Amino acid sequence: MATLSLSDVNKRYDNGAHAVRGVDMEIADGEFIVFVGPSGCGKSTLLRMVAGLEAITEGEIAIDGRRINDVSPSECDVAMVFQNYALYPHMTVYRNMAYGLSNRKVPKTEIESIVRQAAATLRIEEFLDRKPHQLSGGQRQRVAMGRAIVRNPKVFLFDEPLSNLDAKLRVQMRIEIKRLQRSIGVTSIYVTHDQIEAMTLADRLAVISDGRIEQMGTPIELYETPATTFVASFIGSPAMNFLPARVADDGGSITLDEGPVLPIPAGALAAHAGRALTLGVRPEHLGEEGDDDPVASLEVELIEQLGADTLIYGRLAEGGEDLTVRLQGVRTLSPGDTLPIRAPWRHLHLFDAESGARISLG
Amino acid sequence: MNQSLLRTLTNHTILILGTIFMGLPVWVAFMSSTHAPETLFREGLQFWYGGHFFETYTEVLFVEGGVMKKVTATKMLLNSMVLGFGFSIGKVVISMLAAYAIVYFRFRLAMPLFWIIFMTLLLPLEVRIVPSYEVVAGLGLLNTFTGLIVPLIASATGTFFFRQFFKSVPEEILEAARLDGASPLRFFIDILVPLSKTMIAAIFIIMFVVGWNQYLWPLLMTTSEEHYTIVIGIKQIYQVLSEGGELPQFQKAFALTILATLPPVLVVVIFQHWFVKGLLESEK
Ligand SMILES: Nc1ncnc2c1ncn2[C@@H]1O[C@H](COP(=O)(O)OP(=O)(O)OP(=O)(O)O)[C@@H](O)[C@H]1O
Ligand SMILES: [Mg+2]
Repeated sequence: MATLSLSDVNKRYDNGAHAVRGVDMEIADGEFIVFVGPSGCGKSTLLRMVAGLEAITEGEIAIDGRRINDVSPSECDVAMVFQNYALYPHMTVYRNMAYGLSNRKVPKTEIESIVRQAAATLRIEEFLDRKPHQLSGGQRQRVAMGRAIVRNPKVFLFDEPLSNLDAKLRVQMRIEIKRLQRSIGVTSIYVTHDQIEAMTLADRLAVISDGRIEQMGTPIELYETPATTFVASFIGSPAMNFLPARVADDGGSITLDEGPVLPIPAGALAAHAGRALTLGVRPEHLGEEGDDDPVASLEVELIEQLGADTLIYGRLAEGGEDLTVRLQGVRTLSPGDTLPIRAPWRHLHLFDAESGARISLG
Repeated sequence: MNQSLLRTLTNHTILILGTIFMGLPVWVAFMSSTHAPETLFREGLQFWYGGHFFETYTEVLFVEGGVMKKVTATKMLLNSMVLGFGFSIGKVVISMLAAYAIVYFRFRLAMPLFWIIFMTLLLPLEVRIVPSYEVVAGLGLLNTFTGLIVPLIASATGTFFFRQFFKSVPEEILEAARLDGASPLRFFIDILVPLSKTMIAAIFIIMFVVGWNQYLWPLLMTTSEEHYTIVIGIKQIYQVLSEGGELPQFQKAFALTILATLPPVLVVVIFQHWFVKGLLESEK
């Protein structure tokens, strides 16, 4: 229903905190965008600027091509779901949902039908006469979403809406949010620091660090080709392993500092001979089986059995770097065992040792 | 078992003694008010019912007394009501609005202004009574309810309590309301006022009692008997009663005292119920 564009958006708080630094972004109609990043990186600030709740220090935000920098929040036509729900405690669920409509002078009968329909979609019809404090967390969350959808806004904003729920409910609500967004097809921005939520909900994902967009793309793009070590460490769980390394002077292999030598396909790194690297490899790609020859062995220190997977923490026999390995299924290993490590070339990520930027190979 | 029985006993003894201590004067006043003036004159305070309840109270309530013989207790009670309600409602409204402005509108001088308001606590009416009187007299408001009430209304305490309360309302509620298109006035009426119900009830109770018991200011302000409040009236009428050559009508003074305590008691009882309910149904 709406496109959203941010150009060179900056936010400086009165206390001097530069919370958002030069963000550019184009969001297509109906797209589901997720902002992820560590605490304090400016996700909420950016979201609140889109909502019109926070003044824009520099730059421009436009909805459907209309600049909204100086438009009041209610006229921007965005709806927001807050982390703590922010329901009006003294109003019934019905009035909570109807409040925005009655402020917009929608006729009473129309409000009634809109609210009932939204309540049916969200399965909260039976709670319409209750007050928020008589509801469970998940039900409150639904009401908060109901309050957002009745307005039929151009843009939906979610600020960590599920972080107060328990794990199981979170999964369930995550699926509901996705389904709801698909069915009404409204452009949405969703803030979270849960990367599973980010990966599963997003059409596109923006990883934010220190007020900047580190990388934006589909979840799979970010997983497969992270642009920086920051993105690489943020996407995927358990986090990617990073090892300091160097391309051999002849460009024919990669040497880990004091460690094993990894053969590389001929010519792949010819241009980078002698360069210092950070080598990244995800725990799930260090499998013990496969066609590749083992390149190192791991001294097992700790094992976590997850049922479907086994996480193995240990250090390399040569060089002593810490590594995490994720193997499928249940494994019988115990601390002190050694595990052969394979690191297939196609799963290696190379980053510049200094800047952390990805080194892309021709 | 024995321990807890002992504790219950001590607790109850303390409570009962406290209740007697607080209640006895009221009881004595009430009982004495039902006796004939002769009994009171000869035998002093009375602890038991004397049979003259209706006589005394109908006379006090409906027969004009005072120096000018112009005012009944009913009229004085009404005056006190006007003062009590005007005072408390005025204080609640003004201090809520002041706190609303200070907390929600980020104007430049909000903090200094708040502290200036707060400092007026150091200048209670008694300190500024002469200038206040002059202003009211200059405006020609002596012997009016406006003059009686308005100078008392500004309330640093009320503003302070409402400010603290508003600050505890989650900011997201305000933001949600803004997104819902609520104007500042709508937000105040639809959301802040209902959320503050308990606070309002609490401040209203306290202020009603304070307003009802005002003595010095009404004494200065009202020279005509039609504007006497009951608290002033007790004193004036008592003076008349004891200065005349006749037998002092102590029973009337006691009756007035009892009548004067009833409305505050009622207000406390009624609003305390709301107040407690509000606390229990904690909604915020
Ligand atoms: N009202 C404010 N005044 C001053 N600085 C602020 C304000 N709000 C946030 N900040 C600062 O701006 C930065 C970004 O804050 P923001 O709330 O956007 O982080 P976030 O990414 O949402 O973090 P979280 O995941 O913890 O919610 C932080 O460094 C924070 O200290
Ligand atoms: Mg946040």
